[in-house]
Amino acid sequence: MGKLMDWIDARLPVTAKWKLHLSEYYAPKNFNFWYYFGSLAMLVLVNQLLTGIFLTMNYKPDSSLAFASVEYIMRDVEFGWLIRYMHSTGASMFFVVVYLHMFRGMMYGSYRKPRELLWLIGMLIFFVLMMLAFTGYILPWGQMSFWGAQVILSMVGAIPVIGEPLKDLIMGDYMLSDAALNRFFAYHVVTLPILLLTLVVVHVLALHEVGSNNPDGIEIKKNKDPKTGIPVDGIPFHPYYSVKDIVGVVGFLIVFFGIIFFAPEMGGYFLEYNNFVPANSLQTPDHIAPVWYFTPYYSMLRAATVNFLWIDAKLWGIILMGGSVAIFCLLPWLDRSPVKSIRYKGPYFKTALTLFVISVFVLGWLGTKTPTPLYTTLAQIFTVVYFAFFLLMPWYSKIDKTKPEPTRVSE
Amino acid sequence: MTDAWKKNGMNSRRRFLIAATSVAGGVACVAWATPFVMSMMPSERAKAAGAPVEVDISKLEPGMLLTVEWRGKVVWILKRTPEMLANLAKLDPLLADPKSEKEDQQPKYAQNPTRSIKPEILITEGVCTHLGCSPIFRKDIAPADLGPDWLGGFFCPCHGSKFDLAGRVYQNLPAPTNLIVPPHTYLSDSLLLIGADSKETA
Repeated sequence: MGKLMDWIDARLPVTAKWKLHLSEYYAPKNFNFWYYFGSLAMLVLVNQLLTGIFLTMNYKPDSSLAFASVEYIMRDVEFGWLIRYMHSTGASMFFVVVYLHMFRGMMYGSYRKPRELLWLIGMLIFFVLMMLAFTGYILPWGQMSFWGAQVILSMVGAIPVIGEPLKDLIMGDYMLSDAALNRFFAYHVVTLPILLLTLVVVHVLALHEVGSNNPDGIEIKKNKDPKTGIPVDGIPFHPYYSVKDIVGVVGFLIVFFGIIFFAPEMGGYFLEYNNFVPANSLQTPDHIAPVWYFTPYYSMLRAATVNFLWIDAKLWGIILMGGSVAIFCLLPWLDRSPVKSIRYKGPYFKTALTLFVISVFVLGWLGTKTPTPLYTTLAQIFTVVYFAFFLLMPWYSKIDKTKPEPTRVSE
Repeated sequence: MTDAWKKNGMNSRRRFLIAATSVAGGVACVAWATPFVMSMMPSERAKAAGAPVEVDISKLEPGMLLTVEWRGKVVWILKRTPEMLANLAKLDPLLADPKSEKEDQQPKYAQNPTRSIKPEILITEGVCTHLGCSPIFRKDIAPADLGPDWLGGFFCPCHGSKFDLAGRVYQNLPAPTNLIVPPHTYLSDSLLLIGADSKETA
């Protein structure tokens, strides 16, 4: 065995890379519950790839066959229901773990120097994930698939000057039809997964270059053992965190399969009722709303109701929606606090973050409701709160009363 | 620049060759990408579809809405009652473009108070000008959900835009413009052609 490894290592640095990224990758020893979600995102990614491959064996990307082929998977294919529910529940759980992963970063300042690029790569992953969710949701060609796509593609059409030709280029037709379904299938199963996998590898490489942040937000590399050069507050990822992450995986799988077996539609939040009706281009369902993970942005889209400056309300809605996602990219430069972690930040930041979380939940809830004048006003108020969290950050993070950071991580 | 260049110096001949090669490579990339991008544009078959449609409206009763499909879009034909027509003018102060002044939203012959050729027959695309949902026909007067000012019209369930029974948009809602009136013409008193301004252009 030893000789075989020597032979391989002389030709491919397997042992060296194993040490670099696992057995001798030193992570801070004070990781808590919030540090499960990176590895869980990886687990869900593997689940999506695996179940996705098996779904393509029976799915037909043709507007006249797609809906029936999904029903065929659900009713006639052996265990087809399980594979499909693993994929559809996996999509929602992907967003659950990624949102918690991002929130962890916001709490502990993981986007701060030297991890700005790591954060930006993560945001790219998030954009690709949104595109995957969008293209995947179209594939069953139900009513929500059709009208959801109609709304999103109309947004592309609203971009000044290039919008309309760009929309035709994306759809491959002058209306939403078979041509669009066929190519969205290609994006969903080939282009976007390759992009996602590549970005995940780059994300991990960037992480291992700068090292993990931790709940105290202090750099363990500043305090190395003079003899070994290993951070005194670091422990090797394998076996310490690989074993810890297995505990997270077990807990996650209990929840995951609990949903699959007992509430795969999650009361209409994971799979919407209207999507069990085949697409009908002549009738919009009485109530349309995106899947839960897009509802906060959707609320902001329809919160814009007045023309302002030379831009009309429609384009403002699209700018707000796009801006609400893109603005996360600016976080590393908006935060001017002398400390990284919420543990040492002052009352202003804690209040702002709390208000931000409340606004995300309220906007998310509003996005599932039919708009009324009251709901629209609420959406407008919380849109302001949402953006204020980011845009006022350079100011409140600077004047906030912070506590001094410790030199060693807390036990 | 690489170390080798630093050592040997970068003469102008080498610099020129690098620039020329880069430009030629760029041109090749564009040429190479062209067929792929072109393949994504609407195909010849998609371009050929979209002929005008004939609709027989002899059986349309006052107050009735008929839905037809033209170029994959919803087109509504609504026969308005005298009360509906009388109500149109009352709404003017609530609307964004009550006089249909925006040119592209209707052909010239529909740029009038009823937005139609024949006053009682409204022909409009049932496509919300916000983000393309198809609004719901709500002819009930002052329902609980739409408020006491509602005199009948179209309500978009996606983002809450409202249109009156001439397809004119209410102010301060996401949709920016009135519903589009497609080109149409009467072949006879009860036979309608949607998608052409006259028999000749069809």
